[in-house]
Amino acid sequence: MGMQGRGCACTQELEAQKAELEAILDGAACQHVELLPLLQKVQSSLGYIPKEAIYRLAEQLGLSAMDVYGVATFYNQFKFNKPGRHSIKVCTGTACHVKGGGLVLDEWEKELGIAPGETTADGGFDLDTVACVGCCGLAPVVLVDNHVAGMMRSADVEDCIRKLRYSDEQEA
Amino acid sequence: MTGVAMAQGDTMKDGARPGGASAVTIMVGTATCGRSVGALEVLQAIREEIACLQLGCTTYEVGCLGHCYAEPLVLVGNPRQGWNVFGYVDAVAARCIVRDHLFEEAPKSEFFLGTLDDDGLLHSPSLEPRLRHETRMILRNCGLIDPLNIEHYIRRGGYNALRAVLEMDGGDVIGMVEESGLRGRGGAGFPVGRKWRLCRDAGGPVKYIVCNADEGDPGAFIDRALLESDPHAVIEGMLVAGYAVGAAKGYIYVRAEYPLAVQCLNAALEQARAHGFLGRSVCRSAYSFDMEVFEAAGAFVCGEETALIASLEGQRGIPRQRPPYPAERGLFAAPTVIDNAKTLAYIRHIVTRGPAYFASIGVENNTGTAVFALAGKVARPGLVEVPMGATLREIIEDVGGGMVDLNFEKPGRARPDVGNGGYFNRPKAPELMFKAVQIGGPSGGCLPVSMLDLPVSFDSLADAGAMMGSGGMVVMAEDDCMVEMARYFLEFTQKESCGACTFCRVGTRCMLDILDTFTHGLGTQDDLERLAELAADIQEGSFCNLGATAPNPVLTTIRYFEDEYRAHFDEKSCPALVCKDLISYEFVDVGCVSACESCSVICDAISSSMCWDGLADRMYRTHEIDDELCIRCSICVDSCAGINHRAVRKVTPAKRES
Repeated sequence: MGMQGRGCACTQELEAQKAELEAILDGAACQHVELLPLLQKVQSSLGYIPKEAIYRLAEQLGLSAMDVYGVATFYNQFKFNKPGRHSIKVCTGTACHVKGGGLVLDEWEKELGIAPGETTADGGFDLDTVACVGCCGLAPVVLVDNHVAGMMRSADVEDCIRKLRYSDEQEA
Repeated sequence: MTGVAMAQGDTMKDGARPGGASAVTIMVGTATCGRSVGALEVLQAIREEIACLQLGCTTYEVGCLGHCYAEPLVLVGNPRQGWNVFGYVDAVAARCIVRDHLFEEAPKSEFFLGTLDDDGLLHSPSLEPRLRHETRMILRNCGLIDPLNIEHYIRRGGYNALRAVLEMDGGDVIGMVEESGLRGRGGAGFPVGRKWRLCRDAGGPVKYIVCNADEGDPGAFIDRALLESDPHAVIEGMLVAGYAVGAAKGYIYVRAEYPLAVQCLNAALEQARAHGFLGRSVCRSAYSFDMEVFEAAGAFVCGEETALIASLEGQRGIPRQRPPYPAERGLFAAPTVIDNAKTLAYIRHIVTRGPAYFASIGVENNTGTAVFALAGKVARPGLVEVPMGATLREIIEDVGGGMVDLNFEKPGRARPDVGNGGYFNRPKAPELMFKAVQIGGPSGGCLPVSMLDLPVSFDSLADAGAMMGSGGMVVMAEDDCMVEMARYFLEFTQKESCGACTFCRVGTRCMLDILDTFTHGLGTQDDLERLAELAADIQEGSFCNLGATAPNPVLTTIRYFEDEYRAHFDEKSCPALVCKDLISYEFVDVGCVSACESCSVICDAISSSMCWDGLADRMYRTHEIDDELCIRCSICVDSCAGINHRAVRKVTPAKRES
């Protein structure tokens, strides 16, 4: 779960991130109870929990950085890698597993060339697994940019990636 | 159809305006399950069409009706004919429904599913078996009301229970719950009344009510559907619980993976506050109660009540020593009642209809109804509420519509009668052989055919080695490998183990390693015995229920499917054709007849070539799979099944050495 190093080209981005972090934490509560909600706020605005946020939170709540890191890594929700432009979450719940979710996940890994929890080198996609999104009637399910795509087959994966890449190109 | 009319209120009772378009209400199920197949697009299409035709119909977003297989669902309400339900709808079909079927007496289209009654039961000839068992109590409002509109809930009798309770003594309320025999729906089945009594009798000025909606079991989605469709029922249950035990503060602990449920709950809380049901002096009485939503951060172990408390306090979700039970010393060291969302949703029915009514449903010691989330290889996955004591066979065959795999179709075999099914008349596949049903998620067990006549209740399931869990029921067919399933569940619990005690942390890992060797065709009989030994130790030595129940899937699969385990290490074959190291793919003897090349285009391991058939004097095409190159991704099967038949088959044992 190492923190991902960032190149110096991103200094501007880093500054923006810091400012945003300050905006979230300024005036926020200083009790230990608030740790999870604050971590969730940081993640929802930055997309992940950067190293700086851990130290900053520890300072604010009067905890050690280890305590904060310990709690953050205990829960599956928190990510420590910078997310890609598109997030792919493959459901590995029981119903999806029974209906071939594992094969779909293999196909995503193969097509993107990354393992779950990683981001592609070009920053285009990040791949993850999720325990169950509660759409078991439509298994196997993949969350593409938090949109639930149901009844996915491994043969649909390539097509899905192509569509997302195409929409990226259109925007650029 | 008086009650269903709640949505459009007075227009429905106004029979003097027969068939006027303004009297028609259209509702679209937009819970997560509907959205994932395009319910929002359907809703938009309907709104556009209504605006275009200047019909003046009202449209509502409602929750989940439980018929998840037929999503997106569109409900058309008309004063003359009640509610017609359309399923498998897309944007185009939705426009057609608005244009063609709005005023028809009995719609005849492939999208028409049936008519809806007051309790949300769907009446249709093909759903007749389901109706025999379905008893909607906590699902009564689901899919019929707009979850974001408190008026709908109030019109359906909402908050009557709260008003009634405020006239009573808290102890009497607990008496009612005790009399009803309600047991916690979270899985363990602890009597709710006793828990409340413990908390009421515990001293201390501050007490808490916590609603546990951390539905971590993969394969269960009841809490999600309930919170997205009828959030006020859970809120009302918490208010009653708070009054009964003397608490003033509540938390709803919801999975962050359910963003829509969180959104619905927050909106519902705000409305309840605005209507005076929440906050200072509830309904102008002396009772004050407030609650907030706490987004869980995704840890399976937090479904355990003491771990949930730790998580609410901002710690790692590690279970704590019991006793003292949370009812005596829980959140922030104050007495705390922790109940599952489903349990709390039952409270209003016990209060308004009386405990005797509740106790009359179900079987002895297991009263009331149970909600199951049917998933896996059944024709109609979805939610269903049946009385406790219904048998597995009734649930799977009558409610679930039997065994059907939606992904494949074989020509020349009869289709099961599953009613209308949209464009493609889904489900299109023949029946598969039932093999097992997995109940209760990773803590439950797999039950085989011989157990199908088992009446489902807390006690009977525990005797069979499974458990009720949160109600997830995953049906498995002949093509599911039980060894692989056991490995899958253990991998889940092993990953989710909090790591506090050695039996759970190390023990499950050791079991997982043994199961891994089995799926690779290695291992011996000794390993199988060691597996059972480890399982017994983990059950005995684990600190919390996550560890104590983790070996259940392994133990039940060994108990009921030992032959399959043996086949893996003795014959190096996987009878269900699942374990990748033990199978190969090949073309069937007659070869491919369509020559569409879908497979060879998509896979490098498949080569196609032209051959000469001397007898028939014609060219034909053959395909071959290079077994050394094949990575067992099954894409050839997938791409072929989409056309018209299955030319690729799996064989075991594998042709190559693993």
